Amino acid sequence: MRINMTHGSGGISTRDLIKDVFAKKLGNNILNRMEDAAVLQMDLKSSGRMAYTTDSFVVTPLFFKGGDIGRLAVCGTVNDLLSMGAIPKYLSAGFIIEEGLPVADLENIVSSMAEALKESGAMLVAADTKVIEGRGGLYINTSGIGTVHESVQPSAYNLEAGDAILLTGTLGDHHACILSHRMEIENNIASDVAPLVALCRALFDHGIRVKAIRDITRGGLATVLNELSEASGCAIHIHQESIPVREDVASLCGILGLDPLYMGNEGKMVICVSQNDVKKALELIQHAAYGKRSQIIGQCREGQGVFLNTTSGVSRVLHALYGEGLPRIC
Amino acid sequence: MRTLEEIRQALAGYNGRPLKIMEVCGTHTSAIIKGGIREMLSPKIRLVSGPGCPVCVTSPYYMDEACSYALKPDHVLVTFSDMMKVPGLKGNLYDARASGGRIEMVYSPLTILDRAAKNPDTTYVMAAVGFETTAPVYAILLDEAEKRGIGNIRLLTAIKTILPAMESILESEEIDGFICPGHVSAIIGARAYEPLAARFDKPFVIAGFDAENLLAAIYEIVRWAKAEAGEVKNLYTSIVSPDGNGKAKLLLDKYFMPCDCYWRGLGAIPASGLKLRPEYERFDVKWTDKEAAEAASQNTMGCRCGDVIKGRINPDQCPLFGGVCTPQNPFGACMVSQEGACGVWFSNMIRKKGGGYEN
Amino acid sequence: MCIAIPGKVIETEENTAKVDFKGNAMKVNLGLVDAKAGDYVLVHAGCAIEVIRKDQAEELMEILSELESGI
Repeated sequence: MRINMTHGSGGISTRDLIKDVFAKKLGNNILNRMEDAAVLQMDLKSSGRMAYTTDSFVVTPLFFKGGDIGRLAVCGTVNDLLSMGAIPKYLSAGFIIEEGLPVADLENIVSSMAEALKESGAMLVAADTKVIEGRGGLYINTSGIGTVHESVQPSAYNLEAGDAILLTGTLGDHHACILSHRMEIENNIASDVAPLVALCRALFDHGIRVKAIRDITRGGLATVLNELSEASGCAIHIHQESIPVREDVASLCGILGLDPLYMGNEGKMVICVSQNDVKKALELIQHAAYGKRSQIIGQCREGQGVFLNTTSGVSRVLHALYGEGLPRIC
Repeated sequence: MRTLEEIRQALAGYNGRPLKIMEVCGTHTSAIIKGGIREMLSPKIRLVSGPGCPVCVTSPYYMDEACSYALKPDHVLVTFSDMMKVPGLKGNLYDARASGGRIEMVYSPLTILDRAAKNPDTTYVMAAVGFETTAPVYAILLDEAEKRGIGNIRLLTAIKTILPAMESILESEEIDGFICPGHVSAIIGARAYEPLAARFDKPFVIAGFDAENLLAAIYEIVRWAKAEAGEVKNLYTSIVSPDGNGKAKLLLDKYFMPCDCYWRGLGAIPASGLKLRPEYERFDVKWTDKEAAEAASQNTMGCRCGDVIKGRINPDQCPLFGGVCTPQNPFGACMVSQEGACGVWFSNMIRKKGGGYEN
Repeated sequence: MCIAIPGKVIETEENTAKVDFKGNAMKVNLGLVDAKAGDYVLVHAGCAIEVIRKDQAEELMEILSELESGI
């Protein structure tokens, strides 16, 4: 069976869809009330601060090695909250479904979201669906709130010369996975889509002063580092040999004329800490879920701009991504 | 026998007459940047980028033509993604797509075959740009289309051949030697450079793409340039043979013939392009290359892409560089491609606070 | 100007081959070369444009051994 326009009419078909697909997999004591808005209890006693974010997900194909659009939609918002030092608590999800989407696909995507929410320790408290004309596409918006951990106040503005830059794992996996699907290249590259709650909590709960955290999504590591450098007024120097890249991802980049430094991830972060904390921080994240391949990749220095110290011994400027990051011929 | 260390030291310490060496191929430009090659050389050895970047030398009229096919009913414009941002006079392919144009980006032109077979009422027009490396791929595309009886594929050609451009540059510029394009050379063969080497008494060295191979190539060029002697040296023997790829050359000859061509920045160069032979007209989208007549009168508004491609000036000496013309908003084609001289130069610059650039 | 990278021919079928690029397998056209399983080919835009005759290390050794002094 496929989604059609009656599922979006607001009548019985809509109610059945919500009951049989959404409520069944995502239901909880708040969502199940099916009211017009969720009333929430927030514990603001400790830091008194809340973080709030939103993101929309339009990836095709909907299913790929390592995940699907549902997992992406939860992890993307969860990781954005973590980047502000907040532990994700409540999410909302809006689904725009093109008629023609198989209901079984929707069920799988919603199941995926339920698993990712469970892994993140967060709850879906508000949801909406709309059905539009089309050919079976799906777009998901999620927003999320969380309480900011009392000991943490990450911000690019915190960075100063001497701070260390950590990377939580291999670059470019998600982007490489999606391209491989689209271009029918066979490989074992899976998306790295993952919620990094445990990894960040390991740092927050041990009182590590995390100066800045950034999720490495579109635009890649180079773009994120440029944002950090511009905001902080520091130069950032990174070392090519420290940057972990899977061999098959590197090779795919070679075929398509892409650079892993500019490719998107969905489960990797840049974490900046002071020199005093770097050893402890690295140990903590290497032992946390999804952080096994974490590395120290560079440091902040006086000056401006982002520099890559290459394996040939030369330092070159690393700009933010301009352009679409598409496969090239020349 | 030289070691790499000796080569590096020799190149860093070179104190002979100033030399200008041109690398023709955009992939070499990229390899030179990534390997930090410029920084390893004596200031008396200057590396300049030549016209071997299909994006940089594509005329704005061609882009307008490509856009018009994207917007034509029952047509799809198929292109490499490099071409999406090249400015035409009326906008670029992104603009055409936003206006409802149908554009499909491909890694390989051969992907069109299945799509065209599945959609016989749609005409697939390939924006066929590139040099001798890519031209045989278009020939294979047509060969396969013939075999499979697929009749709804067309080529909008702006294929260029590199030797006439190198000759044109040698006629007007003081270049002391060339790093020859590795992959083009695999097709045309090392011997193809002999006439130019003999005529102009300059070294032509074919190089691979690793930093070590490039350094060795530059070393050879400097050695021969010192002697002011013409020489063709193949340092990419793993894939380049004296006569090149025979099958590719035969296929090229079957489908294409030389034609005059306009190179953005260099002007019209006789017999410097390839067009479909009349017997393959059914695959051709003919278009009029208007540049030859109009270029002289065109107001380039200060753009100096031409001087950059010829190695006369560095990109930062163009008045538009970094201000009006940036990778986000390229005015001239040299800034569009990441491998165009201006695009590469921009990537290597640091923006000073308050504007201006320093190397 | 022409991105091309080396890959290993895994199997051939008429005019095409499955070529492996360090863990990435793609369908490649062999119309421009004579290649068989086990050969290394240079691939550009979905076509093999040349069979690779020797490996990089060997090639570099040859280059260095033939360079003369004098710059």
